[in-house]
Parts: sequence; structure tokens; C-alpha cells
Amino acid sequence: MITLSGVQKSFGPNRVLRGVDLTIAKGESMVIIGGSGTGKSVLLKSVLGLVTPDAGTITLDGQDVTKGDRDAFLARFGMLFQGGALFDSLKVWENVAFRLLRGHLARPKAEAREIAIEKLRRVGLKPETADMFPAELSGGMQKRVGLARAIAASPEIIFFDEPTTGLDPIMSGVINDLIREIVVEMGATAMTITHDMSSVRAIADKVAMLHDGVIRWTGPVSEMDATPDPYVQQFIQGRATGPIAAVR
Amino acid sequence: MILTSPLASLGRATQAMLAATGRVALFAAAIVSHIFRPPFYPREFGQALMQIGWYSLPVVGLTAVFTGGALALQIYSGGARFNAEAVVPSIVAIGMVRELGPVLGGLMVAARVSSSIAAEIGTMKVTEQIDALVTLSTNPLKYLAVPRVLAATLSVPVLVAVGDAIGIAGGWMVGVQRLGFNSATYLQNTADFLEVWDVTSGLWKGAAFGFIVAVMGCYHGMNSGRGAQGVGAATKAAVVGSSVLILAANYLLTEVFFSA
Repeated sequence: MITLSGVQKSFGPNRVLRGVDLTIAKGESMVIIGGSGTGKSVLLKSVLGLVTPDAGTITLDGQDVTKGDRDAFLARFGMLFQGGALFDSLKVWENVAFRLLRGHLARPKAEAREIAIEKLRRVGLKPETADMFPAELSGGMQKRVGLARAIAASPEIIFFDEPTTGLDPIMSGVINDLIREIVVEMGATAMTITHDMSSVRAIADKVAMLHDGVIRWTGPVSEMDATPDPYVQQFIQGRATGPIAAVR
Repeated sequence: MILTSPLASLGRATQAMLAATGRVALFAAAIVSHIFRPPFYPREFGQALMQIGWYSLPVVGLTAVFTGGALALQIYSGGARFNAEAVVPSIVAIGMVRELGPVLGGLMVAARVSSSIAAEIGTMKVTEQIDALVTLSTNPLKYLAVPRVLAATLSVPVLVAVGDAIGIAGGWMVGVQRLGFNSATYLQNTADFLEVWDVTSGLWKGAAFGFIVAVMGCYHGMNSGRGAQGVGAATKAAVVGSSVLILAANYLLTEVFFSA
């Protein structure tokens, strides 16, 4: 279980997170929605320690994430970055098997390659893709490789940062379905940040809306459409008018 | 107020420069400490050796051959004023191995390597590849900076040695073909007046310059701003910073090595 209590983060005068409280149960798929620039990525990166909060605590299974063995902590996570964040200088299979070629999860090269090809197949990519470089792939293929890398070491928790940004609706649907299937199949805890409502409906068990540095609303995805919260309603209906300023 | 504002600006600039110096020094110290601690990345080190050492050979070689030739012409025409044309071989050799080989080699590597390291790492930062490394339990400093710094520190002295030889050959070529020196005598004079310390001092300088070049490239890359402008600024800062530091370090090392 991931618990965030009173998490705050500012960048200079810009107070991005103003006291975020959120709990993500084990095996649950939580999707965080909110407008651009509301701090969704900062929140996600705070859990991983890529950003250090100014105040508040973040715990994983009751253990403060800033304490203990960092490598063991990170080994429990997989992450799909918004742009894929694939390493340009490495072949696709080496990207996917990155964690399996180094550190305490290291395996023989042949075995790591075999696992990488299997994971690529799992995300719908042919084995021939394995020996290509990221620059030779389309945006959708890069997202799939990023997804394969996120699940390569069978993590307990997977983070997805804007998984469908920049993709056409059909490819977005493919990625959303893949994420849902993989999360269910692995029994993983998932935290996704997005402002794509089709992703929310396809991926989420629960939804949390981040606005003005705090969690404005949280609940099961099945209750999202019926909530009277005007912020949530404006966001999911994509209205320009409402309590959320269109110009920020 | 009008009188004190220039002083305040000067103070702020000095403070910023000292802070930046401190940050670079801490960054360099962290890299050095990681050189001796596992995990090690031999493949990345090998790739860095190729990129920094092998692929810099043509530019260093060309720089050296033209510098050696020009030096021979300068010393000949200058020496002719007091009938000292005969010193051309020894001065070319000493000038190349002590000073011009390491400094010009270092500056050429700074232009070629520091910029490419800063741009590559800066782009990795902008595209979240550095964050991805962290989430994959890999220390970016160890994975990206240590192999490059180690490779530059070890390969630039080799480049300097090759550059020295090519520079001396450039001087010999001009001396023999253009200035009428006897080939055997030119080479004999070069060998007679050159001491081992002349050569090794230049190689130590090369090692120091290689370290500076890679540290500055990595530092500015890892602290790059956002977007193309941020990467461009980081690249520029890496080249300017490493070039100035090479010249400053050259003076300090010359003081240490050769002050009476």
C-alpha cells in the first residue's frame, strides 16, 4: 500500500503540491487526473524519490520511502515515462533488459535477451524489433518498448506517466488495453497520471483528481460520472467554463 | 545607492562564481570517489574510450602537424635576427611536448568532446532518460559520468603523445623541405635536447586536461536546463568552462613543474 500524507512541494514561488493525502491499496489501479501543470508528474516522481518533497511523508507498506535500501525499494517499481525515455545508444532489447543486465537482478546475457523478447512479444512487438535502436521506432512502438521495460523485472508496482500522450486514438486504445491486461495479469499495483479520459475509463479502479495542489476528489471510477463535484464534472466533460480557470 | 550598486553586482557575480566552483568541485570529488567503488561499467568505459580517444585522433593530429610546421617557421624567422636558426629542432620539440601539444590537444578535445558529452547528457536529462536510469536502480553519475571522466583522463595523455610526435614531424617536414635543414641533423638535434621530463610533464598535463574536459561536460549536461535552449546553453558553458580551466590549469601546472 502506498500512502501519501500532507505532501508539499514548491519550485521557487510556485507551490505545486500543497498537502496531498492519498492512499493506493495493494493491487489497485489508481489514476490521477488533473489539468496540465497541476503537479501530477511531481507527485509521481516524489514517490520514487526523483523529486524530494518539502514536507509530508510517503510510505510504502508502512515504511518511509526515504529510508532503507534504495535499490531494493526501486526494484519493486517499474515505470513507463511520458516520452518513453528509452536509451538512444542501446538496442531495443538492451533497453527492455536494462535492469536484468545490471545490479542484483542481473542474469546471463542470453537469458536477459530471451526475457526481453518475451516481454516485447507481450506488448505486441515482433522479435525482429529487439535488435533495432529506439530512433528507428514509431511513437507507439516506443511506448510499447517503454511498457515492456517497465514490466521486464515483474515489478509489484507500476507507474504510468501520461501513457497515451502523442498517440492516435487507436494506438491509445491499444496501449490502454495493454496496460489494463498487464496490471491485472501481474496483480500489480498501478498508479497512472493522465488527462486522457479514455485512459481513465480503461485503466482505473479508482480515480483521484489533483487540483490546486491538493486531491480534490477521489473515488471508484464507477462513481466518477455521478459525482456532483463541479471540478471533476468540468474536467471529465472538458468544459471551458467552470471553477477551473481555462487560462492558467 | 548609485555608488554601491556596482559593488553589489560585483559581489553577487563573485558569490555566484564561487558557488559554481564549489558545485563543480563537489561533483568532481563525487566522480573520483565512484571510480573506485563498484558497480563498474566496462562496456560504457570502452565506448567512451573510442569516442573520446580514438575519434579525436584526426583533429588532434591535424592540429599538431600544422602547429609544428608553423612553430618551425616562426622560430626560424625569429632566430635569424640573432643568428640562432640552428635552435629550430630543439625549440620545436620542447615547445610541442611541454606546451603546445597538451594545451592545443586539450583545447581541441574540449571543443569536440566536452560539447558532445554535455549535449548528450543534457538531452538525456530533458527526455527523462536520467530519471529512467534512477528508476532502474542505476546511479547516473556512476553510469554516465565515471566512464567518460576515466576514459578522458586516460586517453588524452595518449592523444597528447601522438600529437607531440606528429607536431615534431610537422616541424621536421617544414625544416627539411622548406628551410633547408639536413634531415638527420634535425632529428639528432631534436633527440639531443629533449629530456624525459619534458615529455612526461606534457602527458601529466594531458591527463589533467582530459579530466577537466569530461567533468565539465558531464556537470553541465547533468545540470542542463529544459528544452533545446537549455541543452544549447549547457553545451556552450561546458566548452567555455573547460577551455578556460585548461588554460588556468596549464599555468598552475607549469608553475609546479618548471618554476625554479
